[in-house]
Amino acid sequence: MAHPHQHRAGRTGWLALVPLAFLAVFFAYPVGAIVARGLVPDGSLELKPLGSVLTDASLRHVLWFTVWQAAASTALTLAIALPGAYVVSRYEFPGRRVVRALVTVPFVLPTVVVGAAFTALLGSGGPLAALGLDQTVWAILLAHVFFNYAVVLRTVGGMWAHLDPRQEEAARMLGASRWRAFREVTLPALRPALAAATAIVFLFTFTSFGVILVLGGPRFATLETEIYRQTAQLLNLDTAAALTIVQMVAVIGLLLVTSRLEGRQSVALRLRRARDTARRPRNARERTVVATNLAVMLAVLGAPLLVMLERALHTPSGYGLDYFRALDSLDDDSVLFVPPVDAIATSLRYAAVATVIAVVVGGCGAFALARRRSGALDTVLALPLGVSAVTVGFGFLIALDEPPLDLRTSWALVPLAQALVAIPFVVRTMTPVLRSIDPRLREAASVLGASPARVWREVDLPIVARAGLTAAGFAFAISLGEFGATLFIVRPDTPTLPVEIFRLLGRPGELNFGAAMAASVVLMAVTALAVLLIERVRVGTVGEF
Amino acid sequence: MLRACGLTVRFGGFTALDGVDLEVDDAEIVSVLGPSGSGKSTLLRAVAGLEPEAQGRVEWNGIDLSRVPPHRREFGLMFQDHALFPHRDVIGNVGFGLRMHRMGRADVDAAARVALARVGLAGFEHRNVSELSGGEQQRVALARALAPEPRLLMLDEPLGALDRALRDDLVGELRALFGELGQAVVFVTHDHDEAFALADRVVVMHTGRVAQVGAPADVWARPADAFVARFLGWNVTRRFGGEQALHPGDLVLGGPDGVRGRVTGRTFRRDHHLVTLVVGDASGDGVEELRVAVPATQAPPEIGDAVTVRAATGAGVVLGGAGER
Repeated sequence: MAHPHQHRAGRTGWLALVPLAFLAVFFAYPVGAIVARGLVPDGSLELKPLGSVLTDASLRHVLWFTVWQAAASTALTLAIALPGAYVVSRYEFPGRRVVRALVTVPFVLPTVVVGAAFTALLGSGGPLAALGLDQTVWAILLAHVFFNYAVVLRTVGGMWAHLDPRQEEAARMLGASRWRAFREVTLPALRPALAAATAIVFLFTFTSFGVILVLGGPRFATLETEIYRQTAQLLNLDTAAALTIVQMVAVIGLLLVTSRLEGRQSVALRLRRARDTARRPRNARERTVVATNLAVMLAVLGAPLLVMLERALHTPSGYGLDYFRALDSLDDDSVLFVPPVDAIATSLRYAAVATVIAVVVGGCGAFALARRRSGALDTVLALPLGVSAVTVGFGFLIALDEPPLDLRTSWALVPLAQALVAIPFVVRTMTPVLRSIDPRLREAASVLGASPARVWREVDLPIVARAGLTAAGFAFAISLGEFGATLFIVRPDTPTLPVEIFRLLGRPGELNFGAAMAASVVLMAVTALAVLLIERVRVGTVGEF
Repeated sequence: MLRACGLTVRFGGFTALDGVDLEVDDAEIVSVLGPSGSGKSTLLRAVAGLEPEAQGRVEWNGIDLSRVPPHRREFGLMFQDHALFPHRDVIGNVGFGLRMHRMGRADVDAAARVALARVGLAGFEHRNVSELSGGEQQRVALARALAPEPRLLMLDEPLGALDRALRDDLVGELRALFGELGQAVVFVTHDHDEAFALADRVVVMHTGRVAQVGAPADVWARPADAFVARFLGWNVTRRFGGEQALHPGDLVLGGPDGVRGRVTGRTFRRDHHLVTLVVGDASGDGVEELRVAVPATQAPPEIGDAVTVRAATGAGVVLGGAGER
């Protein structure tokens, strides 16, 4: 069958070359450099560094802790977020839409802000300091719950909202108790979404960097923070490279398991529109369930951010904007000190450049994928999503500092790394929207007398433009908050805002801490603004994850 | 026997069910008939315990069920559009209720096969439910509801999604099945032919209330009010005396003393022509539409023809007077 868009595939095939070339230079090449550094340090294959990493007791402890904290974080996140997913998908209550939008905010918040917020809540001077959770593994786990709550809510809740509630009612009528009906009917239907959410949260917490660096202190090290320590503090690049190889192997293994699990969605479910499946709570028990979950959301997701805001405003001389003013006036004798306001300007500039790169490169990939389904291209474009930011940063550091590509002194290094991290999100946001354009709309337009160019302008462009804006919003938020990769490659005299916050948190004194809080609030506000704009222009619920 | 009294269900500010009484004897087949939005599905759901009642109560043999959850009521409900479990095969669906009643694996299997055979689907045990046709899905849903032998069987639009010919076949099969079961059955439909064909007693609902209860022949012969009469396809008019319900077959075209009208439509219905007339005039007593059945053996008038119409002697039911229910 000769479909019009199949003809076009030939002409748009070159589009795929743009992201492929970009990924070859800025992803494959640095990753290759890491592998070369770790396995072939002196021109011949050398397995000793890798072997010593795996046998060294302290490094094995790092590996063990990385896996353990990821598993614990995932279990805790599921335990807390699943009831929330149930409430948001099954009940209609005032402010439901707002709750759904606000719950997403933590997910897009920069990891450094999350770290700062939990330091504000649990650290000395914080309202929960008495619990003694600061610098314990609990601080890390709670921050991971905070960060990943939205993943479970959106992935599982999204599925849940489309399940026909009559399935469960049918089971009740056949004699199943409420719990039994859930276990026998709803749970099997949710299993693919549950598996996907579990895999994603595990992956995110396995590669978590900023949260652990800020909250873990020197006591807790994961593979990610250890790679950074070996690189930045011990200047032990060979060990860092060997650790990165271990990390990459683990992540690739996880990704394979994930795609396996996702492929298992065999059952054809009869899905319903989400608005048909939710209803108002009908009795005291249901109202209690809804209220309890909203209270948990407020406590877990709201409290850290509210306390951070409070501490940004709470100066020794009462409430005021002193700490925000300090962003401009804060000064220090040390050579490398940069006023936070300069870091804000740097961040905005870098994020803008990174957004343009990510939307152009990712957009080309999305167009190519929308025109012709290709599993291989899809996988390649998603690769940077799985590989950790630290890997990207470390790869840039050791690969792009010498000819043929010497970008060491170029400011472009940071936006390029940020764009690399953002590209998979751009592809995942735009592709489903571009695919969703019904070819019959184009046919209808041309039968009504529109020329091919007019068809594109009237039918494709409005949808493409909105998808592009959504993707740009995501890319901007991600670039703005990017910490792991940036920390490796940013020049000390031009830090981005997340790096600046990290530095301020590490410095003594109330003023520095207050300024860190104020800077975090600024970063949070800009990010939240970008995300709320995305919610507004989003095309339906396509591109959700 | 089932007894529901004064059942009221509200959705927010909307009253879906307003003080409804319903009784079903032990071997009785009751049809709940009404247009969409009349509250008939809500009535089934309230009896099932799926919809909490704002007022009123549901009793079985005099025992109040208010605090009995749906899965302990031992009522069966066949859902509209079936609500089959997509992740289970045919026998997994049919055996579900038996498993819930702590039956052993072998017994579940045997009883489920019996239920499947009863609806004519022996051999379909391991088919995927999503591959079945609409009629087959309907039978699986019926077998699933029957298998645990509920003391009351409820069906929500059991033939709703099926095409005409299939419906006619299944009405016959259901009639036979209900006779065989000899148990209490309540089924909801918007189709009066279906209700009259299957039920011992018909409950007509309108805007959340019961409009009329009676044997099919009585309801058909003597609609209680203008709503029921119109819903059953009668003309309701004051042209021939007081407010009166007249079947299209009760009206005769022609005759010098008839009411004057003009033909606006005409459809052929197997044994008769259904002719639509407009009578009266806008300036005087108002315009009204009447439907007249002309026997297929006669030539019907053309659209636009001026005709007269009168009521056959002795025909028609006087409405709005003595409570027919």
